[in-house]
Amino acid sequence: MKIQVTVNGKAHEKDVDPRTLLVHFLREDLGLTGTKVGCDTSQCGACVVNMDGTTVKSCTCLAVQADGSQITTIEGLSPKGELDAVQEAFWNNHGLQCGYCTAGMIMTAVELIDKNPNPTEDQVREGLKGNICRCTGYHNIVKAVLAAAEAKRS
Amino acid sequence: MTTRIFGSGIRRREDPRLITGGATYTDDVKLPGMAFAAILRSPHAHAKINSIDTSAAAAAPGVVAVYTGADTDGVLNPIPCAWIPPDSDVKAVDHPALAKDVVRYQGDAVAVVVAENRYQAEDALELIKVDYSILPAVVNPEAAMQPGAPQLHEDAPNNQAFHWVAAGGDTDAAFASADVIVKDTIVHQRLIPNAMEPRSAVATWTESMGELTLWSTSQNPHICRFLASLVTGVAEHKIRVIATEVGGGFGSKIPVYADEMITSFCSMQLGRPVKWTATRSEGFQATIHGRDHVEHVEMAATREGKITAVRSVIYAGMGAYLSTAGPGVPTILHGLMYCGPYDIAATKADIYGVFSNATPVDAYRGAGRPEATFLVERLVDLLAVELGIDPVELRRKNLIPKFEDGHDVASGITYDSGDYEPILNMVLGHVDYQALRQEQARMREHGEYMGIGVTCYSEICGLGPSQVAGAVGFGGGLWESAIVRFHPTGKVNVYTGVSPHGQGEETTFAQIVSDELGVDVDDVGIVHGDTSNTPMGWGTYGSRTTAVGAAALVLAVRKVKEKARLLAAHLLEAAEADVEYADGKFFVKGSPDQSKTIQEMATMANVAWNMPEGMEPGLEASAFYDPPNFVYPFGAHVAVVHVDPDNGHIEVKRYVAGDDCGPQINPMIVEGQVHGGVVQGAGQVLWEGAVYDDNGQLLTGSMTDYALPRAHMFPNIETLFTVTPSPHNPLGVKGIGETGAIASTATIYNAVMDALRPLGVTGIDMPLTPEKVWQAIREKQGS
Amino acid sequence: MFATEFEYKKANSVSEAIQLLSNDADAKLMAGGHSLIPLMKLRLARPGTVIDIGGIAELQGITANNGILRIGALTTHAQLAESPLVRDSARILWETAYGIGDPQVRNRGTIGGNVSHADPASDLPTVLVAMDAKFTIQGQGGITRRGSRTVAAADFFTGAFSTVLAENEILTAIEMPVLAANQHSEYAKMAHPATSYAVVGAAAVVTMDGNTCTVARVAVGGLTPSPVRGQSVEQALVGQELNAETIAAAANLIDNDLGSDIIGDIFASAEYRRAMAAIELKHAIFHATGLAHH
Repeated sequence: MKIQVTVNGKAHEKDVDPRTLLVHFLREDLGLTGTKVGCDTSQCGACVVNMDGTTVKSCTCLAVQADGSQITTIEGLSPKGELDAVQEAFWNNHGLQCGYCTAGMIMTAVELIDKNPNPTEDQVREGLKGNICRCTGYHNIVKAVLAAAEAKRS
Repeated sequence: MTTRIFGSGIRRREDPRLITGGATYTDDVKLPGMAFAAILRSPHAHAKINSIDTSAAAAAPGVVAVYTGADTDGVLNPIPCAWIPPDSDVKAVDHPALAKDVVRYQGDAVAVVVAENRYQAEDALELIKVDYSILPAVVNPEAAMQPGAPQLHEDAPNNQAFHWVAAGGDTDAAFASADVIVKDTIVHQRLIPNAMEPRSAVATWTESMGELTLWSTSQNPHICRFLASLVTGVAEHKIRVIATEVGGGFGSKIPVYADEMITSFCSMQLGRPVKWTATRSEGFQATIHGRDHVEHVEMAATREGKITAVRSVIYAGMGAYLSTAGPGVPTILHGLMYCGPYDIAATKADIYGVFSNATPVDAYRGAGRPEATFLVERLVDLLAVELGIDPVELRRKNLIPKFEDGHDVASGITYDSGDYEPILNMVLGHVDYQALRQEQARMREHGEYMGIGVTCYSEICGLGPSQVAGAVGFGGGLWESAIVRFHPTGKVNVYTGVSPHGQGEETTFAQIVSDELGVDVDDVGIVHGDTSNTPMGWGTYGSRTTAVGAAALVLAVRKVKEKARLLAAHLLEAAEADVEYADGKFFVKGSPDQSKTIQEMATMANVAWNMPEGMEPGLEASAFYDPPNFVYPFGAHVAVVHVDPDNGHIEVKRYVAGDDCGPQINPMIVEGQVHGGVVQGAGQVLWEGAVYDDNGQLLTGSMTDYALPRAHMFPNIETLFTVTPSPHNPLGVKGIGETGAIASTATIYNAVMDALRPLGVTGIDMPLTPEKVWQAIREKQGS
Repeated sequence: MFATEFEYKKANSVSEAIQLLSNDADAKLMAGGHSLIPLMKLRLARPGTVIDIGGIAELQGITANNGILRIGALTTHAQLAESPLVRDSARILWETAYGIGDPQVRNRGTIGGNVSHADPASDLPTVLVAMDAKFTIQGQGGITRRGSRTVAAADFFTGAFSTVLAENEILTAIEMPVLAANQHSEYAKMAHPATSYAVVGAAAVVTMDGNTCTVARVAVGGLTPSPVRGQSVEQALVGQELNAETIAAAANLIDNDLGSDIIGDIFASAEYRRAMAAIELKHAIFHATGLAHH
């Protein structure tokens, strides 16, 4: 069936099999491979993208459900050549190692800070509950999110 | 004074592509005409295959081909095991890529479908009909060796894969004359590594040239090429393995698996590119597991607390087949480390490798050393209780005194350097150990249970001297090499055979080049992961990338530097002996204004208009480094936990890691390695564990049942360091990739047992789930 | 991993959705999809048709009128957790919603989809039973044809993954009395470390006159196929001055209400869960009454 979605500001009209997962649509139909598949049970958060202002796990959303929506993926988070404060903070604070969970982590963190510009460490940790990282022990991710929130406030 | 780049925590140079979604992981690779493979796996742990009917699958929409073991038999050679410890009667049983007559674990590959897209391939799997006769199964390694246990391989009676013994000193005499003996049975449950990137392979076969290109999620592309050559029969020079961006490994991407070879087979049969990517659930079954020990261990000591001997009998699960490095893990990487940081005169490790109907076991972060540290540190804590000595004092009493250039231990190895007491003192001072003990006493009066765990460790890594590799049956070398090449513009590329996948060597290696040659760090590019453009190397595992790979690099850099110096002397018309180097410049001794930069030398060497007689053009060098010994990082860790006796819930309140990995190239990266390792080790104590039922069905087959650490489950980690250089490597560096996992499992476990001591609980099998803690308390309270 | 093939239909109104449901025995409703899609990916559910009700405006909205809080079935957990109206009307629901799953689950998962799925490990059913919520269900035909009915939360759940909803009915809204100033509520759970699902969850709503409990409604879930009212506990609480001893004594009586059908699995046995019911309920009542602090 035909769907229309705007991804990273660009409108797309595509014919999709209804069972196509949004993450596969983004990765394979649109070639936006920055969004990752890390599990198959909605647990890991590597596939998190922003849909109409809130984050979703794109492995637990059908492409057809995204019909008519505005989607932002890691590729569209900041204009070309620039970094969002969250991206910058992940870089400055060594908030990533292998990078596989990073897109989902950053997309989650952006929403977290939007909703709560001055989060406590506990609130950050709670807010990252849906994103698994196997490399960092979360220490530097939490540090990065707190730093990004501070940077966005000032 | 300018800050030296070596030792500064600069942000990583690989990050821009990773934080913008611009990196290319294997599953992101898309080739023209690419088809997709999906692998049918045995739902049974042990069964005879009577027949396989692939006709419906072959006729399904989009399906290009379906293959079974009958197709690969005689075309693909068996999947090899590459680590065969000597004198241990290893049964290297056949491991066919696709099972032919018998399946031996849930997840054993049975058939492969290749289709035009992922969805069609997976749909068609459901249409393959396999007629199985189910056979009895056994999972627990100790049970698998009992009489009457189901047998996996004809060639391996009693399921014994090997029997390896390492002994040093007179253990029997030490136990016979001991004042005190403490014993325990320790079960290291199976862990499922779960690197966030599932394994994936893209194979493309160029029929006209007989060439295979394989993108593979590998920690060691050169080993992958080597073994792929053995399995596929394609000559090694006609195989190119590309480990593009790799999303974590923790050991699970060392092995060469059946799946990547099946993918290669499909491409070779069809003459078109084929991609296979594991689903996470598939990874749970078909990517190696870690640990799986049943250990009977004991420690002998004098009444005064001098430890005299340690010994073990261990049943180490290998799973259904021997994985690439499987047998090396519970033997060489485990049984030689029973002294830890202590002066213990006699040790004996008696290790049985055992086949069982479960996923093959191989190296998982720490690989053998977390189990060794746990064994020693657990026994030390039991001994402390037995003797009524504070566990810290008992440790202090037994630490090996400071040594700077070699110390022989009973197990037969030689530690490189160690200074164990300062780091112990540092962590104890940091937490104020005495105050913590007082707080614990106060809390106990109110029925609150706080526990303090303190451990000391020494570990073996930086694998390792090739001669030793040969002697211990490792089917390869363990040296590294590097090529440093200056381009005409003065920019540099380093080509290395190690294969970082998150550890940050694109940054630390550039820091080394920058530090040695004064080139801006951003003018250095590190090339790795592709066998077609990197020199032979044995890969990234065993905390060896810096200790061995960077050592090779620094030797190559110094060769380049010397060539540039000689060229500078020629161009400055100075005597070679009079030209010196400082801060990126070669200058005539005493005349600093008469100088040439390294970049100028790069240009001049590349254009070669005016070279000294006999000097070759170009400014590059290659160096090989084979370490004379392993490196032995060490440290002391402290955990503080609270246990709620009402529900058995454990909360880690504080974690302090004190480590010594020698000089640090980039402290921010070092800390990151410690953080990650500590939380992985914590996972084993508190949450993680593969559970099989009696039929060999994996009950923890997805992330909904197998609990991985998440952000809200562990506190910030406090890191402290001392610096004790290794005497034998050119940078003095040791490894830091595994120390966290090596120390934290024992530290947190000891802390929990310390908390529960007033309740009479002395031991609980990991993971320490709330129910197990609650049951243990109840049993003691009820009795 | 992904679903088997199905036909996708988007319903624009409740009546259209019911029409689609009635015409197709092999159809499943999907709101946010956070219960259905995971099952379909595992191929444990293979509907021939998926009817997407996610865009139906009349199923949205949170209102409080005449002492009744009304929550549209499509309200997401995040909307519950972020609504001042919910916070002021039914604090327990506001708190519980924040503890469901993770932020992305909360962004997509809906209250209607959640309770219709009737997962025993879900938090909301337990809370809604304790809150004495009423579920509005729309079937074929309008009110005049008795197509609409209201079911008490306690009667809605009939077992694990099982409710009173007929094949062609849709849950449209959930209503509950707004809590008064002297009514205190709390939900406590032991969460599974992998999923945050309730291993044992306990909800308490107590009405206080000074320090004395005049009315109590408690429920536990997670350990039973569907939420269980703790009537023995309630009886023991009413008329009591609440303190550590009376709460503990009352909470311990939950065992009498649990029945014999207790869930056990590799993470937590039935025996353990049974014992934890009293512990979690105690926590819930403690927190509700302010005897313990967060």
